[in-house]
Amino acid sequence: MSRTLLDKLWDAHEIRVDDDGTSLLWVDRHLVHEGSHHAFAKLAERGMPVARPELTFAVADHYAPTRGREAVADPAIAKMLERLERNTAAHGIALFGLRDPRQGIVHVLGPEQGLTLPGLLVTCGDSHTSTHGAFGALAFGIGATQVAHVLATQTIWQRRPKAMRIRVEGALGPGVTAKDIALHWIARLGTSGATGHAVEYAGSAVRALSMEGRMTLCNLSIEGGARFGLIAPDDTTLAYVADRPFAPRGAEFEAARADWAGLASDADARFDREVEIDAAEIAPTVTWGTTPEQALPITGRIPDPGALDGGRAEAARAALDYMGLTPGAPLEEIAVDRVFLGSCTNARIEDLRAAAAILKGRHARVPGIVSPGSMLVRAQAEAEGLDRVFTDAGLEWVGAGCSMCVGMNGDTVAPGERCASSTNRNFRGRQGKGARTHLMSPVMVAAAAVTGRLTDARTLMEERA
Amino acid sequence: MAGWQRHEGEAVALPRADIDTDQLIPARFMSASRAEGYGGFLFADLREDAADFPLDRHPEASVLVAGPNFGCGSSREAAVYALVDAGFRVVVAESFADIFAGNAVNNGLLPARVAEAGAILDALGSGTAPARIDLETATLEIAGARHAIELPDIWRRKLVNGWDDIDLTRAHEDEIAAFARARRDAAPWTWPARDGSRDRA
Repeated sequence: MSRTLLDKLWDAHEIRVDDDGTSLLWVDRHLVHEGSHHAFAKLAERGMPVARPELTFAVADHYAPTRGREAVADPAIAKMLERLERNTAAHGIALFGLRDPRQGIVHVLGPEQGLTLPGLLVTCGDSHTSTHGAFGALAFGIGATQVAHVLATQTIWQRRPKAMRIRVEGALGPGVTAKDIALHWIARLGTSGATGHAVEYAGSAVRALSMEGRMTLCNLSIEGGARFGLIAPDDTTLAYVADRPFAPRGAEFEAARADWAGLASDADARFDREVEIDAAEIAPTVTWGTTPEQALPITGRIPDPGALDGGRAEAARAALDYMGLTPGAPLEEIAVDRVFLGSCTNARIEDLRAAAAILKGRHARVPGIVSPGSMLVRAQAEAEGLDRVFTDAGLEWVGAGCSMCVGMNGDTVAPGERCASSTNRNFRGRQGKGARTHLMSPVMVAAAAVTGRLTDARTLMEERA
Repeated sequence: MAGWQRHEGEAVALPRADIDTDQLIPARFMSASRAEGYGGFLFADLREDAADFPLDRHPEASVLVAGPNFGCGSSREAAVYALVDAGFRVVVAESFADIFAGNAVNNGLLPARVAEAGAILDALGSGTAPARIDLETATLEIAGARHAIELPDIWRRKLVNGWDDIDLTRAHEDEIAAFARARRDAAPWTWPARDGSRDRA
């Protein structure tokens, strides 16, 4: 019988399946961060060891200070970092801690280190674990009880999701990125449009994406309700994975490669749902509201809630009230107070290069910080001189971590401030209490920095051409 | 964790769609240990901003009725802890985000998918009504009407028995060990390469 990529990955990890259809799955990689303290506390209550410390890797990212790392000033943050150090040391788990030159956001670091590979099952107590699906891995976010379960057993109980395929055919226009593909489909299908499904991305526009772009696309799957994003591995994937520190070498790599060759949906595989998107129709997209589905092309205007249907009208009214926006206003006239370039969604080297290309020789009219996805991305960017482009433009160049995407490390947007952000969630208070977030791609964040308002990056790109 | 079969309590309405985990518990509270109690963090920002927040009017409520796509956003189980520690046993909505729903069941909180949740919200308005939930029959009785709850069998069994997955799984220890050995033999590349260790950095 023909199978989807989801089926193949699922079947390869299924230890047993119960009568009610719940599968017990083997976990190849378990990534943990500071938020794991609840899970380690559960193990401690039972006096249980970690079953497979050699398959478990820890990262300091959610609370990682992006400045002043030598002496962590905030005692609450210092406590979170120490707890992670203590828990990982006690269980013999490798830790990419604050002072490790490889430290970074777990969803940047995992692939960068070759911990993420095609065909693996990857879990992490973070909803953006869907990122790793870009490699053709079965990767999904889990809660603290499940983190404790994986630590204790290296397995997880899970019901097989339905299979959905989003095909994006054609070529993306200049200034249009993987971020825009994601915001486009989420705006079309809604934030619960893919709930209960694993989304496999396919089509020529997806094939043409770099691994960085594919990670951005899979990362945002959860914002459309899908716990899993998937892209079948190909030569782009192999080229990225080869020679990564924890990736297989030599004969083992060849064996892996042979296994990976089968990681694609069969030609006649049946999906529960199929969606087609024309890449040429996608414009640089920004959010105007408080959920990622409240997004529009930058050339648009703030919608009139009265023109939307019942539930969405009420949500739009509440969102515009929170965001301090008026129906009918052109998106390009919205002034921003600051910018943030960072997060597991868009802080990889390609993202920084694209933003720097806009900012080079220009000045930012508003303050902002640039937080690379990992300290290795930071080092690479500095080797290329990108840091100087950002600092010459007036932006602050800081260390790696989740930073202003979630505000747990103290990097927050002030109440009422409006931020053009390369992150993943524009929820109320996400970037700080009362913060107003507009999601967009790195080039759009750079363009907003230059003009001090939401701006079609293509205009600035044309000025360069 | 203690299991439960039936619950009776007051239901309160929060008529909003897409209530996300950042609203359920803002991230700044998440470094607290569970023993400190998470109930006070529930909807912290919304409550501070609204003079007349429904949960403050009805602190005795144990059943929350809300709009669709409840619990969207992050995997933070703290969102469930906040609800449970504030005394909630059941959330009724037309739909739930996947990760939230799984986390809820793992903590004895029923994510009750009810097709008529919108009508229940309208009926409740700003008041409360006694609600009765029966896991065995998967029904919700509220305001004189009876509604079916869409309840997967595994969720029912876990909630009723207060099961902890770790105990369930340990019964399969031999199977797991055999699977791990077979995987290591067939696909040794799935174990991280040793030369990725720190000294190579």
